[in-house]
Parts: sequence; structure tokens; C-alpha cells
Amino acid sequence: MDLPTVWFVAIAVLWTGYFVLEGFDFGVGMLLPVLGRGSDADRRVVINAIGPVWDGNEVWLITAVGAMFAAFPAWYAGLLSGFYLPVLLVIVALIGRGVAFEYRGKVDDPRWRARWDAVIVAGSAVPAFTWGLVFANLLRGVELGPDGVVRSGLLDLLNPYALVGGLATLTLFVLHGAVFLALKTDGPVRHRARAAAGAAAPAAGATLFAFLMWTQADHASPATSVVAACAVGALVAGALLVARRREGWAFLATAVAIAATTAVLFGTLFPAVLPSLLDPAYDLTVHGAASAPYTLGILSWIGAFFLPVVVLYQSWSYWVFRRRVTRAHVS
Amino acid sequence: MDALDLARWQFGITTIYHFLFVPLTIGLSVVVAALQTAWHRTGRPEYLRATKFFGKLFLINFAMGVVTGIVQEFQFGMNWSAYSTFVGDVFGAPLALEALLAFFLESTFIGLWIFGWDRLPRRVHLATIWAAAIGSNLSAFFILAANAWMRHPVGFAVDPVNGRAYLTDIWAVVTNPQALSTYVHVVSASFVVAGLFVVAVSAYKLLHRDRAPHPDEPGLFRRTLRAGLVTTAVAGAVVALSGDHQAKLMAEYEPMKLASAEAIWETEGAAGFSLFAIGDHEIGEVGVGRNFVDLEVPYVLSFLATGSPAGEVEGINDLQRRFSEQFGPGDYTPNIPVLYWSFRLMIGLGLAGVGVGVLGLWLTRRGALPRQRWMYRVAIAALPAALAANIFGWVLTEMGRQPWTVVGQLLTAASVSPGVSLFEVAFSLTVFTLLYGVLAVVEARLLLRYVKAGPGHVMPYPRAGEPEPDRIPAFVY
Repeated sequence: MDLPTVWFVAIAVLWTGYFVLEGFDFGVGMLLPVLGRGSDADRRVVINAIGPVWDGNEVWLITAVGAMFAAFPAWYAGLLSGFYLPVLLVIVALIGRGVAFEYRGKVDDPRWRARWDAVIVAGSAVPAFTWGLVFANLLRGVELGPDGVVRSGLLDLLNPYALVGGLATLTLFVLHGAVFLALKTDGPVRHRARAAAGAAAPAAGATLFAFLMWTQADHASPATSVVAACAVGALVAGALLVARRREGWAFLATAVAIAATTAVLFGTLFPAVLPSLLDPAYDLTVHGAASAPYTLGILSWIGAFFLPVVVLYQSWSYWVFRRRVTRAHVS
Repeated sequence: MDALDLARWQFGITTIYHFLFVPLTIGLSVVVAALQTAWHRTGRPEYLRATKFFGKLFLINFAMGVVTGIVQEFQFGMNWSAYSTFVGDVFGAPLALEALLAFFLESTFIGLWIFGWDRLPRRVHLATIWAAAIGSNLSAFFILAANAWMRHPVGFAVDPVNGRAYLTDIWAVVTNPQALSTYVHVVSASFVVAGLFVVAVSAYKLLHRDRAPHPDEPGLFRRTLRAGLVTTAVAGAVVALSGDHQAKLMAEYEPMKLASAEAIWETEGAAGFSLFAIGDHEIGEVGVGRNFVDLEVPYVLSFLATGSPAGEVEGINDLQRRFSEQFGPGDYTPNIPVLYWSFRLMIGLGLAGVGVGVLGLWLTRRGALPRQRWMYRVAIAALPAALAANIFGWVLTEMGRQPWTVVGQLLTAASVSPGVSLFEVAFSLTVFTLLYGVLAVVEARLLLRYVKAGPGHVMPYPRAGEPEPDRIPAFVY
């Protein structure tokens, strides 16, 4: 494998880390009003279950985008300027969500909290849907001319295939978040989380299956179809396991479903990074977008040494907060 | 107005807004870590109380710094895609390193610190805030290295086929003299802001000490006031020394910025430092700028810029002629009035803030506290002055680079995204401006609310005979 391909894989790994980790905290955010209904103590249990880790999870996105900038400048530039409004929507959602977590508990007033709760729900749902929309459009292709400029408008991006993609990530993250809460909480929140997982699983399974089938129909490849089957299988296994109260294994299964889905996305995209709808000759490819070997080499050495360190201390932080969060913890 | 103008406004607004929170995060993370270390060493509950009180204020500010930073990373690609494609190979590397080496550290350990009070052994918990503080200070380095490269590009070449810059020497980029000098200057200025933040909060609480809910409270703020003043004075000395070094680098690498900041039109030896000038400048013409009024302190500018009172300082008109020959016809002057006044306001407000720190140290020696209430108000006013000095410093840095994004390599006008419409930039500019406006009000009110509520609110004073609580989950959401 040459360096640009290595870095394509590295960026796929960073996005996978992001979707697996922030996927559950998006799900938790979306489920806040459902699982915390009736009592602020329960809502605080829900939020504190992701409290120690959500910020660290979000850095996977910052790193993925930073690595795209460094390793594939033309990809970074084309993606962010070509998907201007969806990206803007994601940024605004992430700003609101981050502030909401920190500020909602800072004033003891139900109206203040209700407002920030609404921001948390919207701030989690918008990126959960939009990332699916963006990646589906990437697979479908954009109006990329020979000058390397993307000219797709917002209406072009809202095509049926991309909408199914958005629904797939949205429902997948809801399920992942419900399973996470079933694993990390106790009492009424845990009961409701299990019920929510049961309700979300059919929707997540159906949309993910539809999205992956559609993807396979457009870009048939034996390797990605095996991974796609794994994704759907893992999702079904996760739903069954959480119903049988094996929450740890269920969480592992939904994490595998998300990782496999991400692998299908990047596997289908390769060797293009920004495919053109106008003419395959205009496609921006891994090699056309890549930085020079010197830069990629330096990034490789630093990444190979420090990414394991990051994984190590993030794992440690999950270990420190391994206990279930209960009402007793937040009062 | 076209998309380029709006993209520039957007960059200015989002960057300045982001930088209201960053210096406080950089400096306050270390201050809070130092307070917790003091508690760890001495076991005195007032240090723990101070840690939790300033920790809470730190977190309110930290959240804003984090979320506004996301915009910074994305807008290069959104609004400046031509720039990103041209420089990504060089400029993207420090950005990626920042995320990998600094942001992960900061974000993961801040979570451990917030939620780890009752989970981690004390020593380990103390280490988490230090790790987060190191992450904040490290991230500043990578960003400033990237920024310094735009002002003084080193360690790269331009590919003749695709026209893109590519990295040839990473060591040259991270040891760029502009990067190292700017790092020292910006980080010490951040410590001035953090020091004056602690001073302002302490002064406010001491001003209203008759309302303190507990007799221990004035004693606590007397200590933090001194700590804040010491931080300000020490950091202030470093700001001044590094600022002097910056002026010399500016003369060497960015002569047009220096000439504009001083409104010097013709090259001269033994140049004076201008105190007040009014001039005239016709854009696009060569050698027509001049001052009507110029009040100068003789020799000072030559000394600042070259180290010798007779040293030669290049003037705007001569530089404009030189650049026109070198890069082709065009206007190579930045916005001179903005630079001239930003430079003066940066120095003036910065000196005022640091002056309050030094004076305060003298006034509070041997545990004395000033009686006059206006002195506390002056101490509080020093904080916005220092923040404004930081902002003007960035205005000088960024606008002084114009018309280039990468000096000598890429013009700002050629950096903007070609496929992004006026509507898109106008829409996002409106969204960010409104959002930032609302958040500024929310943040300011929250900070004030917690300052008023005081340390007893985050860590209640025990009743007689009760032990001091130290592991209450003060920070959970």
C-alpha cells in the first residue's frame, strides 16, 4: 500500500472512531426527552452518562477533518466548500450542543433547563442526520467540474438516496445511544433505554438495510457487500442482546454495526474521494488529492506513535467512569 | 460587497470572538492547576475552595472556547478552499498535529477532571488538570506555528505542475523564528489576561466583602488577588520583552506591516516612534502617501526595529515600489489607519493592564488592602483592557499581512472558495453573528452570576464541628 492509500485508510479509521464514539452520545442526546421524561434527576442521569466523555469523542471529528486537511487538502477544501450549508448546519448544532451540556445545569430554573434540553436534542439530531446525508452524497457523486469546483446546490443534496442515508445514521445512532444508556445507567432510565432500543432497532435495521442495499445496487463489490452484511447482522445481534440484558455485548454489537457501515462508505468511495456526477474523468481521487510523500511520511510517524497513546488514555477514561450512573450520583 | 469581503468579515468576526475565550483558557487552566496544587501541598481548605470557584468560571469559559474553535477548523475549507488546496500540505500538518497531540489531551483530561473528583486518587486527579493545561498550551503552539508560516513561509516549495505548496522541512516550520517569538508573546499575553481575570474577580469580591456570606471569604480573595497580581506582573514582563523581539522580526520579515503600523511613508534612518499621526493615502498609486500631522519620539522606532537608534526603517512608499517590481503591479499596502491605531491600542491597553498588576503588587504588599473603592474598580477595568489589547494584537497581525494570505505566495483575493455563493457566505455570516451575540450575553451573565454567588455556592461552608467536604461532585452536569 502506498502512502496516500495508507492515509485514506487512516482517515477512514478516524471517521469510524468518530461515528462509533460520538454516535452514542448523539443517540443519548436525541433520547434525552424520552428517557428523562417526568424528572429532572433522570434527565441529569442521561446527560451525566456521557458527561465525562463526549468532549473527547468530538475530538475524533476535529482530528479526522484536520488529517483530511493535511493529507488530502483538495478533498478537505472540496468537501467543506461543496457541502457548505450542511456543514454549516452541523457546526451550529455542535456549538449549541456543547454549550448546552455545560450550561444547562448552571442555573436552577426549569425553563432555562428545558431550553437547553431542546438545544441538546436538536444539536444531536442534526449532525446525526446530516453526516449520513453528506456521506451518501459523496458516494453518489457531486457536480464536480474539471476545475475541481463543486457546484451542487442544496436541492441536489436532498435526493432520495441521501435522505435514506441520513435516516440510516440517525436511527443507527439512536439505537446505539439507547444501548449505551442501558449499559451505563440503572433504575427507570435503564428500563426505558431498553424499551427505546427495542423500538429503535426495527427502524434502524430497515433504513440501514435499505441504504446498504441501494449502495450495493449502485456500486456492486463483493468485499463491501460482505462488510454490509456484517453491519446488518451486528445490528440485529445488538437488538437481540440488549433485549436479553447483555448490554455490554449489545453495545459492542452496535459499535461493530457502525464501524462496518463506515467501512462500507469508505470502501465504496475508494479510489475516489470526491466523485464527479458529470464525468468520471473529473473525479478527485486519493492520488490526485494527496499531499506530497514527505508530509504524509511525517504524519505517518507521528500518527503511528501518538494515536495509540490517545486510544490508551481515552480507554482509561472510560475505565475510570465504568460504573453505572444513578440518581444518587447526580443529587 | 462580494463573497470575498464577506468571507473576510466572517474570518475576522469568528476569529476575534474565538480569541476572547482562548487566552483565558490558556492562562486560567494553569492558574486553576496551580491553585489545586497549592491545596494538595498545604491541605488548606481555602485553596480547594478557590480551585472549585475559579474552576467553575474556567469551565464556563472553556465551553465557549471549544465550540468556537470548531468553526475555525472548518471555515478554511468552507470559505477559503483555494487557500486550503494551495497550502494544505504545509499548513494542514500543524493543524492535524494540534488535534492529535493537544486537543485529545485537553478534552479527555478535562472530562476526567470535571467528573473525577470522587473517583480518582487525589494525586491522579491533580495530574488530570495539569494534563489539560499542557494540552491547552500545546495547542497554542501548533496554531501559532501555522499562523507564523503564513507571515513568514519557510520549509516549503511550490510544485510547478499543480501550483500547490508542499512541505520540504517540517523542522523549519516548527522552529520558524516568527512561530517561537509569537508563541512566547501570545502565551504570556494570555497569562496577563488570566492574571487580570483573577484580579478582577478577587477585587470585585473584596469590594463587596461586607456582603461575604462567610468570614473566611475575604481572606481567600486576598490570596487570589495577590496570586493574580503576581501572574500579571511576571507575564507582563515577558510580553514586553517578546513584544520587542516581535518588532525586530516584523522589521525583518514584514516591513510593510511595521511601516504601516508606524505610518512611515519614506525610508528613513533614526526614525522616531509616532504617537499621533493623521495622513493621506491613495490606494493603488505609487508614492503618494504622506502625513499631515505626526508627533514623534525621536530614534525610538529605529531602536525598536533594528536595535540601533540610527537604524534604517523602510517606508510604505518605497516598499510599495519594491513589491510592485517584485510581484507585478498592484496595491501592496494594508489598511494603514487600522494598523496604526491597532498597534497603539495594543501597546497602550496592554501596558495599562500590566501597569495595574505591578501597581497592585506594590499596594498590597505585606497583606495590605487599598481602602479606596475606586482602586478596585480600576483593577476590574484592567481585564477588558487586557482582552482588548490581545484583540488589537491579532488585528495588527492578520490585517498587517494583507493583501497576502501567505506573504509573497498567495493573495487573499485568490484564496477564497470559487464555488461558494454570496448567499452562502452572507447566510453563514448572519448565523454566526447572531449565534455569537446570543452566546456572549448568556456567557457573561453566567460568569457574573457565579462570581456573585461566590465560592460558598460551589463548595458550601461546613457548620461548626463538621469536617470540610472535599469530594462533593461540584462540576457534574
